[in-house]
Amino acid sequence: MLSKREKELISNIWERLTPVAEDIGAEALLRMFTTFPGTKTYFSHLDISPRSPHMLSHGKKIVLAIAEGAKDISQLTVTLGPLQTLHAYQLRIDPTNFKLFSHCMLVTLACFMGENFTPVVHAAMDKYLSAFAAVLAEKYR
Amino acid sequence: MVEWTDQERTLIANIFANLDYEDIGSKALARCLIVYPWTQRYFGGFGNLYNADAIMNNPMISAHGVKILHGLDRAVKNMDDIKNAYATLSELHSEKLHVDPDNFRLLSDCLSIVIASKMGYDFTPDLQAAWQKFLTVVVFALGRQYH
Repeated sequence: MLSKREKELISNIWERLTPVAEDIGAEALLRMFTTFPGTKTYFSHLDISPRSPHMLSHGKKIVLAIAEGAKDISQLTVTLGPLQTLHAYQLRIDPTNFKLFSHCMLVTLACFMGENFTPVVHAAMDKYLSAFAAVLAEKYR
Repeated sequence: MVEWTDQERTLIANIFANLDYEDIGSKALARCLIVYPWTQRYFGGFGNLYNADAIMNNPMISAHGVKILHGLDRAVKNMDDIKNAYATLSELHSEKLHVDPDNFRLLSDCLSIVIASKMGYDFTPDLQAAWQKFLTVVVFALGRQYH
């Protein structure tokens, strides 16, 4: 459960990350492909070398979606409706991978924010990304 | 047996060469108890865990975090036989401490994040991959003797 304070914290952080969406997104994806090579199987159609145009644009897409959800977390199911459909019926990415990506996003944020990625921020962020992933997988079955 | 490339051995050795056990150990355990509060179930006798500040300033937790981090030393010294190096510790965690092995993964994730937070972009994707592979092997070894 996210407290009111945590929701504000998350909303603020993602707003600040929006201008660097492609850098954060590409970084998180690269970390995921490097640490969990099985995740690359979903990207055979893209150039996933570090900071390739595909990585930057795909990373940006993902971060902007996460940022959009963060604006009003209580409305996640509504905001993510189209993405739910996309992931369930077209992409069909095994939801375990959402956890792997979330972890790599947390590591990226830790590198980016350094000392400011406090345990409290980490906890709130982990809770939000878990909720996001859960909503994303809702239409799978 | 796990195969380590020369690059992986070097990357992991470098992390340990520069590791501030007092700082990282205490922070990693505190972070685990804060981010995954159910892990506090194992720390009933450790004093005030009432909120994040209390946990971060708790000297018993700090000391224990350092102890746990030193538990990784035997893996670095026995990279080619981590499974057996952890046999007795695994038994301890199972038979005496009764720790759910899933917690090893939670703590190792927090450890990675504390290190990332400290190293910033020096914690490169390649370094992250090698480090997490190392922790995965240790976590597996620690869970090995459970029955």
